Amino acid sequence: MTDENWNPKIIAIICNWCSYAGADLAGGARIQYPPDVRAIRVMCTGRVDPLFIMKAFQDGADGMLISGCHFGDCHYLEGNYKCAKRMFLVKNLLKNIGLDDKRLRMTFVSASEGGKWGAVMTDVVNTVKELGPSPIKKYQR
Amino acid sequence: MAETKEESRIGVFICHCGTNIAGSLSVEDVKEYAKTLDGVVVADDYQYMCSTPGQSKIIDAIKEHNLNGVVVAACSPRLHEPTFRTATEEGGLNKFRFEMANIRDQNSWVHMHDWEGATNKAKDQVLIAVAKARMLEDLQPKSVPVEHAALVLGAGVGGMQAALDLAGAGIKTYLVEKLPTVGGRMSQLDKTFPTLDCSQCILTPKMVDVGRHPNIELRTYTEVEKVEGYIGNFTITLRKKARGVLTPAEALERGIVGGGCNGCGDCSEVCPVIKPNPFEMGMAPRKAIYIYHPQVMPLLYTVDFDSCVKCGLCVEACGPEKRAIDLDSVDTFEEIKVGTCILAIGYDLIPIEEKKEWGYKQFDNVITGLEFERLICASGPTTGHLIRPSDGQTPMKVGFVLCAGSRDNTGGVAKPYCSRFCCMYCLKHAHQIMEKIPGAVPYLFYMDIRAFGKMYEEFYYRIQNEGAKFIRGRVANILEDPITKNLMVYAEDTLLSRPVAMEMDMVVLAAAIQPKPEAEKIRQMFGVSKSQDGWLLEAHPKLNPCGTTTAGIYLAGVCQGPKDVPDTVAQAEGAASAASIPIHTGEVQLEPYFAQCIDSLCAGCGMCVNLCPYGALALVEKDGRTVMEVTEAKCKGCGTCGGFCPGGAIKMQHFTSPQICAQIDAFLLKGEDY
Repeated sequence: MTDENWNPKIIAIICNWCSYAGADLAGGARIQYPPDVRAIRVMCTGRVDPLFIMKAFQDGADGMLISGCHFGDCHYLEGNYKCAKRMFLVKNLLKNIGLDDKRLRMTFVSASEGGKWGAVMTDVVNTVKELGPSPIKKYQR
Repeated sequence: MAETKEESRIGVFICHCGTNIAGSLSVEDVKEYAKTLDGVVVADDYQYMCSTPGQSKIIDAIKEHNLNGVVVAACSPRLHEPTFRTATEEGGLNKFRFEMANIRDQNSWVHMHDWEGATNKAKDQVLIAVAKARMLEDLQPKSVPVEHAALVLGAGVGGMQAALDLAGAGIKTYLVEKLPTVGGRMSQLDKTFPTLDCSQCILTPKMVDVGRHPNIELRTYTEVEKVEGYIGNFTITLRKKARGVLTPAEALERGIVGGGCNGCGDCSEVCPVIKPNPFEMGMAPRKAIYIYHPQVMPLLYTVDFDSCVKCGLCVEACGPEKRAIDLDSVDTFEEIKVGTCILAIGYDLIPIEEKKEWGYKQFDNVITGLEFERLICASGPTTGHLIRPSDGQTPMKVGFVLCAGSRDNTGGVAKPYCSRFCCMYCLKHAHQIMEKIPGAVPYLFYMDIRAFGKMYEEFYYRIQNEGAKFIRGRVANILEDPITKNLMVYAEDTLLSRPVAMEMDMVVLAAAIQPKPEAEKIRQMFGVSKSQDGWLLEAHPKLNPCGTTTAGIYLAGVCQGPKDVPDTVAQAEGAASAASIPIHTGEVQLEPYFAQCIDSLCAGCGMCVNLCPYGALALVEKDGRTVMEVTEAKCKGCGTCGGFCPGGAIKMQHFTSPQICAQIDAFLLKGEDY
């Protein structure tokens, strides 16, 4: 369905303490994954305003990843729980506006899971590639 | 979307990191691209931006081009953000006018064979970083005073060493131990390799020292209940478990002059309840009122209320003068304030009985290394006579299964890692058998002998020359002769490429080690992550092995990963040194990522107040309206409030919504729309 040369635009918002550190660890271990994801660092996934996600999809993002600490491991005690709760809301919202909610994913990658980060990256890119370009792009000026 | 107040003058600096970055993407292309970006007035590259000349480039450029923002595209901000912030400051800018693009750890290293993809990603990363840099603001770090006290959790050899070092440096140190005595695992050992020092003999001086040191507040039979606060200002609630026995000081508080426990043991003698003593690995009895072993510190009996039948015989035996026993005592709580904490919570053996092939707990004569330590120890249950548990006979052929559950990828209770000290203690056990039982032969079934430490390899040669037999191969299974209770050990001798079956009188399993079950709860209370293998995670495996990602919390000993005694003591001294730095500095700087309320947007709904895990937010009356107010000292900057506020009234400093939206827009709209 999609052009071979099409590269999806995916934004990841990841927490400083677990997933960002896990991504760094993947680098140190030279775990190779597709280069389509652009990461934005925040201190905690609790910081992720649902509007950031809606904004990204409005701007034409093909996929989004929110990645934080495992439950119980949050550097700020419970930010990841609160973010995870918001994800249900946002996923519903996406479905209602006709976007496949698989375009938004939340994962939990700890600072010691470099291998898992690589797997998540590969999987997110593959999922979005299967879904194809975001339909919202069509309606943009 | 958001307006930048001043004209952006951003400098972009791209690091080659030798070939780490330049070998996988085109630094030149990224630099030329950066020059085209809005707000960028200078873009430069250098071999090593973190070197002195590299930093000078930044400092000089800030002055020459009158920059108001700096972007460095290099490694991870988790590594070099402090370096470049300092350079930014030296150039005359506020250090928070700096943003990093992680084009190494999260780009060149993970897209090594995709030159174009990596180059495009690096361009976008620079674009995103510039978008943020254009909106950065001057911030001032907040200084907070540091409590002149420390907590050490766990009083094994590591915890005791850390506490003694801290106390020696003039810091009031709370040494908290869950068990009734200090000493930890090392006090259970008979001898230590490779010097064959008596373990208790070298440990007891330290045990006595921690009991006597004027700066050490010893809290045995005590657990941590709650941890609050941050570096410099931790408030920790301790649960002092009901001990049932009063110290002389506690007795005096109750008006019993000259009373309290003096360790005479009269109570234990009359106690009718008999339980296995965990210190002796369950191979010796203890009473419901007990001490672990004769050298306990403090010398103070403890009532095990789980098994006590409250018959009162001990109270009678203790007598009306001492009146040391109170069978109605309850848990008490104490709140302490400390600046830094060291976790030294040790390890357990894996439940090796779940490796059914070796028959532990099925066959009497299969024991673990720790049980061997107690059996061979002069103060142990057999006063140092090594006997077979099945019949009390002296074993003449003793098999050792090394890597029992270590370096084992079969899952279950097995661990993929090396437990590090088993090779050496098995060599030591082999020596002890040959020394104590003339004619006895130890057989060591090993995969590799890892004798890595100082004088360890020499010790290995010594044991070989003394006549121990080494068979290279993992033991497949062990079967018991039901009549003689001898054990048939089946293995493959991989050096001779043939299966072996040998009859042993006794088998010692060098069981793998694993984190304590309570480690999970403790690490979550202190905000420490764990490694993939379950041990507590250090801040950096090479450069910060004692620290954690939570400022003010440090690690010592096996809780961070398997270690022998010398390494544990060395790490404890390192942790003590690290933990004393903030205390002696007297103040720490906190990053000013605080929440701020924009009063004009705040509707006073109060949702954020309930979301804050630290109780940092409150609703107040201001100019006749209800608005939220932040207590900066309590705010840790997670942004959970800012992520929710329906009115966008909460500004998370350094991670503001306009900044994050600008980053998103920059990448997706390539700067066209904002």
